[in-house]
Amino acid sequence: MGGDDNGAPLATGGDEVVTAEQVWEALAEIPDPEIPVISLVDLGVIRDVDVEDGHVRVDFTPTFLGCPALEVMRDAMAERIRELGAEPEINVRSDDSWSTDRITPEGRKKLRASGFAPPAPRDAAAPTLVQLQSNVFRCPYCGSTATKLENIFGPTPCRSLRYCTTCKQPFEQFKTI
Amino acid sequence: MEEDVQKTLLEIADDELILGWRDSEWTGIAPFLEEDVAFSSIAQNEIGHARALYELAARDLDTTADELAFDRSPEEYRCSRLVELRLLDWERTIARHYLYENADAKRLEQLKQSDDSEIAGLAAKIDREEAYHRIHAQMWFDRLKDEARFTAALEELRPLVDADRTEHGPELTELWEEMTMVRRSQPAGTKW
Repeated sequence: MGGDDNGAPLATGGDEVVTAEQVWEALAEIPDPEIPVISLVDLGVIRDVDVEDGHVRVDFTPTFLGCPALEVMRDAMAERIRELGAEPEINVRSDDSWSTDRITPEGRKKLRASGFAPPAPRDAAAPTLVQLQSNVFRCPYCGSTATKLENIFGPTPCRSLRYCTTCKQPFEQFKTI
Repeated sequence: MEEDVQKTLLEIADDELILGWRDSEWTGIAPFLEEDVAFSSIAQNEIGHARALYELAARDLDTTADELAFDRSPEEYRCSRLVELRLLDWERTIARHYLYENADAKRLEQLKQSDDSEIAGLAAKIDREEAYHRIHAQMWFDRLKDEARFTAALEELRPLVDADRTEHGPELTELWEEMTMVRRSQPAGTKW
Protein backbone atom coordinates (compact mmCIF):
# COMPACT_ATOMS: atom_id res chain seq x y z
CA MET A 1 0.00 0.00 0.00
CA GLY A 2 1.05 3.60 -0.52
CA GLY A 3 3.02 5.47 2.06
CA ASP A 4 1.22 8.76 1.69
CA ASP A 5 -1.00 8.52 4.69
CA ASN A 6 1.32 10.02 7.27
CA GLY A 7 0.17 13.07 9.12
CA ALA A 8 -2.99 14.06 7.20
CA PRO A 9 -1.77 17.38 5.77
CA LEU A 10 -4.21 20.17 5.03
CA ALA A 11 -5.28 21.17 1.55
CA THR A 12 -5.46 24.82 0.52
CA GLY A 13 -9.19 25.01 1.25
CA GLY A 14 -8.58 23.85 4.80
CA ASP A 15 -10.16 20.46 4.02
CA GLU A 16 -8.29 17.38 5.03
CA VAL A 17 -6.40 15.75 2.18
CA VAL A 18 -7.41 12.21 1.40
CA THR A 19 -5.01 9.45 2.42
CA ALA A 20 -4.15 6.25 0.60
CA GLU A 21 -5.66 4.30 3.47
CA GLN A 22 -9.01 6.07 3.01
CA VAL A 23 -8.89 5.29 -0.70
CA TRP A 24 -8.23 1.59 -0.04
CA GLU A 25 -11.12 1.54 2.43
CA ALA A 26 -13.45 3.19 -0.07
CA LEU A 27 -12.42 0.81 -2.86
CA ALA A 28 -12.96 -2.17 -0.55
CA GLU A 29 -16.65 -1.23 -0.51
CA ILE A 30 -17.07 -1.46 -4.28
CA PRO A 31 -18.54 -4.81 -5.27
CA ASP A 32 -17.52 -6.67 -8.41
CA PRO A 33 -20.39 -5.78 -10.77
CA GLU A 34 -20.80 -9.39 -11.90
CA ILE A 35 -20.01 -11.24 -8.67
CA PRO A 36 -21.24 -8.69 -6.11
CA VAL A 37 -20.33 -10.81 -3.08
CA ILE A 38 -16.68 -9.92 -3.60
CA SER A 39 -15.12 -6.45 -3.62
CA LEU A 40 -12.52 -5.08 -6.02
CA VAL A 41 -9.96 -5.22 -3.22
CA ASP A 42 -10.84 -8.87 -2.47
CA LEU A 43 -10.39 -9.63 -6.17
CA GLY A 44 -6.85 -8.23 -6.01
CA VAL A 45 -7.37 -6.21 -9.20
CA ILE A 46 -6.37 -2.96 -7.53
CA ARG A 47 -2.63 -3.00 -7.86
CA ASP A 48 -1.55 0.32 -6.48
CA VAL A 49 -2.94 3.50 -4.98
CA ASP A 50 -0.88 6.65 -5.16
CA VAL A 51 -2.04 9.86 -3.50
CA GLU A 52 -0.48 13.22 -4.14
CA ASP A 53 -2.00 16.66 -3.46
CA GLY A 54 -5.60 15.56 -3.71
CA HIS A 55 -4.88 13.57 -6.85
CA VAL A 56 -5.43 9.81 -6.58
CA ARG A 57 -3.99 7.45 -9.10
CA VAL A 58 -5.27 3.87 -9.04
CA ASP A 59 -3.56 1.12 -11.04
CA PHE A 60 -5.95 -1.62 -11.84
CA THR A 61 -5.91 -4.80 -13.93
CA PRO A 62 -8.92 -6.28 -15.71
CA THR A 63 -9.61 -9.92 -14.84
CA PHE A 64 -10.32 -10.74 -18.48
CA LEU A 65 -9.69 -8.19 -21.23
CA GLY A 66 -13.19 -8.59 -22.64
CA CYS A 67 -14.86 -8.23 -19.26
CA PRO A 68 -17.80 -5.84 -19.75
CA ALA A 69 -17.57 -4.90 -16.07
CA LEU A 70 -14.33 -3.02 -16.78
CA GLU A 71 -15.99 0.35 -17.44
CA VAL A 72 -18.42 -0.12 -14.56
CA MET A 73 -15.52 -0.80 -12.17
CA ARG A 74 -13.53 2.13 -13.50
CA ASP A 75 -16.46 4.53 -13.15
CA ALA A 76 -17.33 3.23 -9.67
CA MET A 77 -13.75 3.76 -8.48
CA ALA A 78 -13.62 7.27 -9.93
CA GLU A 79 -16.93 8.14 -8.30
CA ARG A 80 -15.86 6.93 -4.85
CA ILE A 81 -12.61 8.86 -5.08
CA ARG A 82 -14.48 12.04 -6.06
CA GLU A 83 -16.73 11.49 -3.05
CA LEU A 84 -13.60 11.59 -0.91
CA GLY A 85 -12.92 15.02 -2.39
CA ALA A 86 -10.02 13.95 -4.59
CA GLU A 87 -9.37 13.91 -8.31
CA PRO A 88 -9.24 10.33 -9.64
CA GLU A 89 -7.00 8.89 -12.31
CA ILE A 90 -7.71 5.24 -13.10
CA ASN A 91 -4.92 3.56 -14.97
CA VAL A 92 -5.84 0.22 -16.58
CA ARG A 93 -2.83 -2.08 -16.65
CA SER A 94 -3.28 -4.73 -19.37
CA ASP A 95 -0.43 -7.07 -18.56
CA ASP A 96 0.12 -10.46 -17.03
CA SER A 97 1.00 -9.18 -13.55
CA TRP A 98 -2.42 -10.02 -12.13
CA SER A 99 -3.52 -13.59 -11.70
CA THR A 100 -6.39 -15.25 -9.88
CA ASP A 101 -3.76 -16.17 -7.25
CA ARG A 102 -4.15 -12.57 -6.09
CA ILE A 103 -7.72 -13.05 -4.94
CA THR A 104 -7.43 -12.62 -1.16
CA PRO A 105 -8.19 -15.47 1.31
CA GLU A 106 -11.21 -13.41 2.40
CA GLY A 107 -12.30 -13.12 -1.22
CA ARG A 108 -12.00 -16.89 -1.75
CA LYS A 109 -14.11 -17.49 1.33
CA LYS A 110 -16.79 -15.09 0.10
CA LEU A 111 -16.82 -16.74 -3.33
CA ARG A 112 -17.25 -20.20 -1.85
CA ALA A 113 -20.02 -19.02 0.49
CA SER A 114 -22.07 -17.83 -2.46
CA GLY A 115 -21.65 -20.91 -4.64
CA PHE A 116 -18.61 -19.96 -6.75
CA ALA A 117 -15.69 -22.33 -6.50
CA PRO A 118 -12.52 -20.23 -6.12
CA PRO A 119 -9.80 -20.67 -8.77
CA ALA A 120 -7.13 -23.33 -8.55
CA PRO A 121 -3.57 -21.96 -8.17
CA ARG A 122 -1.89 -20.85 -11.37
CA ASP A 123 0.81 -23.15 -12.75
CA ALA A 124 3.74 -21.95 -14.80
CA ALA A 125 2.30 -23.86 -17.76
CA ALA A 126 -1.09 -23.14 -19.30
CA PRO A 127 -4.04 -25.21 -18.07
CA THR A 128 -4.92 -28.41 -19.94
CA LEU A 129 -8.16 -30.24 -20.61
CA VAL A 130 -6.91 -33.19 -18.55
CA GLN A 131 -6.50 -30.86 -15.57
CA LEU A 132 -9.93 -29.31 -16.03
CA GLN A 133 -11.46 -32.77 -16.25
CA SER A 134 -9.65 -34.02 -13.16
CA ASN A 135 -11.33 -34.26 -9.80
CA VAL A 136 -9.30 -31.67 -7.93
CA PHE A 137 -12.11 -29.10 -8.10
CA ARG A 138 -14.18 -28.95 -4.97
CA CYS A 139 -17.93 -28.36 -4.88
CA PRO A 140 -18.60 -25.08 -3.02
CA TYR A 141 -21.86 -26.51 -1.63
CA CYS A 142 -20.91 -29.91 -0.18
CA GLY A 143 -17.12 -29.93 -0.41
CA SER A 144 -16.97 -33.09 -2.54
CA THR A 145 -14.26 -33.35 -5.19
CA ALA A 146 -16.46 -35.66 -7.28
CA THR A 147 -17.18 -32.86 -9.74
CA LYS A 148 -17.04 -32.82 -13.50
CA LEU A 149 -16.47 -30.20 -16.15
CA GLU A 150 -19.68 -29.24 -17.94
CA ASN A 151 -18.38 -26.34 -19.98
CA ILE A 152 -15.03 -24.53 -20.09
CA PHE A 153 -17.08 -21.38 -20.67
CA GLY A 154 -19.81 -19.86 -18.59
CA PRO A 155 -21.99 -16.78 -18.18
CA THR A 156 -18.97 -14.45 -17.96
CA PRO A 157 -15.42 -14.87 -19.32
CA CYS A 158 -14.01 -15.64 -15.87
CA ARG A 159 -16.21 -18.66 -15.14
CA SER A 160 -16.52 -22.32 -16.12
CA LEU A 161 -19.45 -24.59 -15.39
CA ARG A 162 -19.06 -27.76 -13.31
CA TYR A 163 -21.42 -30.30 -11.84
CA CYS A 164 -21.14 -32.03 -8.48
CA THR A 165 -22.05 -35.68 -8.76
CA THR A 166 -22.32 -35.99 -4.97
CA CYS A 167 -24.90 -33.31 -4.18
CA LYS A 168 -26.16 -33.07 -7.79
CA GLN A 169 -25.59 -29.35 -7.85
CA PRO A 170 -24.26 -27.44 -10.86
CA PHE A 171 -21.87 -24.67 -9.87
CA GLU A 172 -19.62 -22.02 -11.31
CA GLN A 173 -15.87 -22.37 -11.15
CA PHE A 174 -13.66 -19.29 -11.29
CA LYS A 175 -11.16 -19.91 -14.11
CA THR A 176 -7.49 -19.83 -13.22
CA ILE A 177 -5.81 -17.03 -15.11
CA MET B 1 7.14 1.63 -31.71
CA GLU B 2 8.69 0.23 -34.85
CA GLU B 3 6.60 0.05 -37.98
CA ASP B 4 6.64 -3.73 -38.29
CA VAL B 5 5.57 -4.12 -34.66
CA GLN B 6 2.75 -1.65 -35.26
CA LYS B 7 1.74 -3.67 -38.31
CA THR B 8 1.71 -6.94 -36.34
CA LEU B 9 -0.42 -5.44 -33.55
CA LEU B 10 -2.98 -4.23 -36.10
CA GLU B 11 -3.04 -7.57 -37.91
CA ILE B 12 -3.79 -9.41 -34.68
CA ALA B 13 -6.30 -6.78 -33.53
CA ASP B 14 -8.14 -6.96 -36.88
CA ASP B 15 -8.17 -10.77 -36.75
CA GLU B 16 -9.55 -10.80 -33.23
CA LEU B 17 -12.19 -8.15 -33.92
CA ILE B 18 -13.49 -9.81 -37.08
CA LEU B 19 -13.32 -13.34 -35.68
CA GLY B 20 -15.03 -12.15 -32.49
CA TRP B 21 -17.80 -10.73 -34.62
CA ARG B 22 -18.12 -13.96 -36.62
CA ASP B 23 -18.08 -16.15 -33.50
CA SER B 24 -20.84 -14.04 -32.00
CA GLU B 25 -23.03 -15.00 -34.95
CA TRP B 26 -23.50 -18.38 -33.23
CA THR B 27 -25.07 -16.71 -30.21
CA GLY B 28 -28.56 -18.13 -29.87
CA ILE B 29 -28.27 -20.62 -32.74
CA ALA B 30 -25.32 -22.90 -31.96
CA PRO B 31 -26.09 -26.63 -32.18
CA PHE B 32 -25.84 -27.11 -28.40
CA LEU B 33 -26.50 -24.79 -25.50
CA GLU B 34 -22.92 -25.38 -24.26
CA GLU B 35 -21.53 -24.23 -27.58
CA ASP B 36 -23.82 -21.23 -27.64
CA VAL B 37 -22.24 -20.20 -24.33
CA ALA B 38 -18.72 -21.15 -25.47
CA PHE B 39 -18.74 -19.27 -28.77
CA SER B 40 -20.38 -16.24 -27.18
CA SER B 41 -17.73 -16.19 -24.46
CA ILE B 42 -14.88 -16.71 -26.94
CA ALA B 43 -16.28 -13.87 -29.07
CA GLN B 44 -16.31 -11.60 -26.05
CA ASN B 45 -12.70 -12.47 -25.24
CA GLU B 46 -11.51 -11.91 -28.82
CA ILE B 47 -13.13 -8.49 -29.01
CA GLY B 48 -11.59 -7.63 -25.64
CA HIS B 49 -8.17 -8.59 -27.02
CA ALA B 50 -8.80 -6.51 -30.13
CA ARG B 51 -9.63 -3.49 -28.01
CA ALA B 52 -6.49 -3.79 -25.87
CA LEU B 53 -4.31 -4.23 -28.98
CA TYR B 54 -5.94 -1.28 -30.78
CA GLU B 55 -5.45 0.85 -27.67
CA LEU B 56 -1.77 0.05 -27.62
CA ALA B 57 -1.37 0.71 -31.35
CA ALA B 58 -3.49 3.88 -31.18
CA ARG B 59 -1.15 5.62 -28.77
CA ASP B 60 1.67 5.79 -31.29
CA LEU B 61 -0.62 6.60 -34.19
CA ASP B 62 -2.28 9.53 -32.43
CA THR B 63 -5.71 8.03 -32.82
CA THR B 64 -8.14 5.96 -30.75
CA ALA B 65 -9.03 2.28 -30.52
CA ASP B 66 -12.55 2.96 -31.84
CA GLU B 67 -11.24 4.89 -34.81
CA LEU B 68 -8.88 2.05 -35.69
CA ALA B 69 -11.60 -0.55 -35.23
CA PHE B 70 -14.43 1.19 -37.05
CA ASP B 71 -13.33 4.22 -39.07
CA ARG B 72 -11.08 2.54 -41.60
CA SER B 73 -12.42 1.36 -44.93
CA PRO B 74 -12.74 -2.41 -45.48
CA GLU B 75 -9.65 -2.41 -47.77
CA GLU B 76 -7.54 -1.04 -44.95
CA TYR B 77 -8.15 -3.99 -42.62
CA ARG B 78 -5.31 -6.48 -42.34
CA CYS B 79 -7.28 -9.43 -41.03
CA SER B 80 -6.78 -12.86 -42.52
CA ARG B 81 -9.24 -14.17 -45.13
CA LEU B 82 -9.78 -17.06 -42.71
CA VAL B 83 -11.58 -14.94 -40.13
CA GLU B 84 -13.76 -12.91 -42.45
CA LEU B 85 -15.67 -15.87 -43.91
CA ARG B 86 -19.27 -16.08 -42.84
CA LEU B 87 -19.55 -19.74 -41.91
CA LEU B 88 -22.92 -21.25 -41.27
CA ASP B 89 -21.87 -24.86 -40.85
CA TRP B 90 -20.35 -26.42 -37.80
CA GLU B 91 -17.51 -28.39 -39.39
CA ARG B 92 -16.00 -25.32 -41.03
CA THR B 93 -16.56 -23.22 -37.90
CA ILE B 94 -14.61 -25.75 -35.84
CA ALA B 95 -11.96 -26.15 -38.55
CA ARG B 96 -11.42 -22.37 -38.58
CA HIS B 97 -11.37 -22.26 -34.79
CA TYR B 98 -8.70 -24.97 -34.68
CA LEU B 99 -6.54 -23.46 -37.45
CA TYR B 100 -6.84 -19.97 -36.01
CA GLU B 101 -6.02 -20.85 -32.43
CA ASN B 102 -2.91 -22.77 -33.48
CA ALA B 103 -1.65 -19.96 -35.71
CA ASP B 104 -2.51 -17.37 -33.06
CA ALA B 105 -0.56 -19.29 -30.39
CA LYS B 106 2.62 -19.10 -32.49
CA ARG B 107 2.51 -15.36 -33.05
CA LEU B 108 1.58 -14.67 -29.41
CA GLU B 109 4.59 -16.71 -28.36
CA GLN B 110 6.78 -14.39 -30.47
CA LEU B 111 5.08 -11.26 -29.18
CA LYS B 112 5.67 -12.40 -25.59
CA GLN B 113 9.41 -12.17 -26.32
CA SER B 114 9.13 -8.51 -27.39
CA ASP B 115 11.63 -6.03 -25.90
CA ASP B 116 8.73 -3.63 -25.39
CA SER B 117 7.42 -4.59 -21.95
CA GLU B 118 3.91 -3.30 -22.69
CA ILE B 119 3.62 -5.46 -25.79
CA ALA B 120 5.13 -8.51 -24.08
CA GLY B 121 2.87 -8.01 -21.04
CA LEU B 122 -0.29 -7.68 -23.10
CA ALA B 123 0.64 -10.70 -25.23
CA ALA B 124 1.15 -12.76 -22.06
CA LYS B 125 -2.23 -11.67 -20.71
CA ILE B 126 -3.98 -12.48 -23.99
CA ASP B 127 -2.22 -15.84 -24.17
CA ARG B 128 -3.52 -16.82 -20.71
CA GLU B 129 -7.05 -16.35 -21.98
CA GLU B 130 -6.39 -17.96 -25.34
CA ALA B 131 -5.23 -21.11 -23.52
CA TYR B 132 -8.90 -21.83 -22.82
CA HIS B 133 -9.81 -21.29 -26.47
CA ARG B 134 -7.08 -23.73 -27.48
CA ILE B 135 -8.37 -26.38 -25.08
CA HIS B 136 -11.84 -25.92 -26.54
CA ALA B 137 -10.56 -26.11 -30.14
CA GLN B 138 -8.46 -29.19 -29.40
CA MET B 139 -11.40 -30.91 -27.71
CA TRP B 140 -13.48 -30.45 -30.85
CA PHE B 141 -10.60 -31.46 -33.10
CA ASP B 142 -10.25 -34.74 -31.20
CA ARG B 143 -13.97 -35.32 -31.42
CA LEU B 144 -14.24 -34.68 -35.17
CA LYS B 145 -10.81 -35.65 -36.52
CA ASP B 146 -12.02 -38.83 -38.25
CA GLU B 147 -15.09 -37.24 -39.80
CA ALA B 148 -14.71 -36.73 -43.55
CA ARG B 149 -16.68 -33.49 -43.53
CA PHE B 150 -14.37 -32.05 -40.90
CA THR B 151 -11.11 -33.11 -42.57
CA ALA B 152 -12.38 -31.69 -45.87
CA ALA B 153 -13.15 -28.39 -44.10
CA LEU B 154 -9.63 -28.32 -42.64
CA GLU B 155 -8.09 -28.86 -46.08
CA GLU B 156 -10.30 -26.21 -47.63
CA LEU B 157 -9.49 -23.54 -45.05
CA ARG B 158 -5.85 -24.31 -44.29
CA PRO B 159 -4.43 -22.29 -47.24
CA LEU B 160 -6.16 -19.18 -45.91
CA VAL B 161 -4.01 -19.14 -42.76
CA ASP B 162 -1.07 -17.67 -44.69
CA ALA B 163 -3.06 -15.84 -47.36
CA ASP B 164 -2.24 -12.26 -48.36
CA ARG B 165 -3.72 -9.93 -45.77
CA THR B 166 -4.25 -7.11 -48.25
CA GLU B 167 -6.79 -9.16 -50.18
CA HIS B 168 -10.32 -9.47 -48.89
CA GLY B 169 -13.54 -11.00 -50.11
CA PRO B 170 -16.98 -9.39 -50.37
CA GLU B 171 -17.87 -10.91 -47.00
CA LEU B 172 -15.60 -8.46 -45.20
CA THR B 173 -17.35 -5.49 -46.80
CA GLU B 174 -20.74 -6.92 -45.80
CA LEU B 175 -19.55 -7.45 -42.25
CA TRP B 176 -18.00 -3.99 -42.14
CA GLU B 177 -21.33 -2.43 -43.23
CA GLU B 178 -23.06 -4.24 -40.39
CA MET B 179 -20.34 -3.61 -37.82
CA THR B 180 -20.03 0.13 -38.44
CA MET B 181 -23.66 0.92 -39.26
CA VAL B 182 -24.52 2.54 -35.94
CA ARG B 183 -21.27 4.48 -35.78
CA ARG B 184 -21.67 5.77 -39.34
CA SER B 185 -25.23 6.87 -38.56
CA GLN B 186 -23.89 9.45 -36.11
CA PRO B 187 -22.35 12.81 -37.05
CA ALA B 188 -18.54 12.81 -37.14
CA GLY B 189 -16.98 13.55 -33.77
CA THR B 190 -19.78 11.97 -31.73
CA LYS B 191 -18.46 10.85 -28.37
CA TRP B 192 -19.40 7.31 -27.34
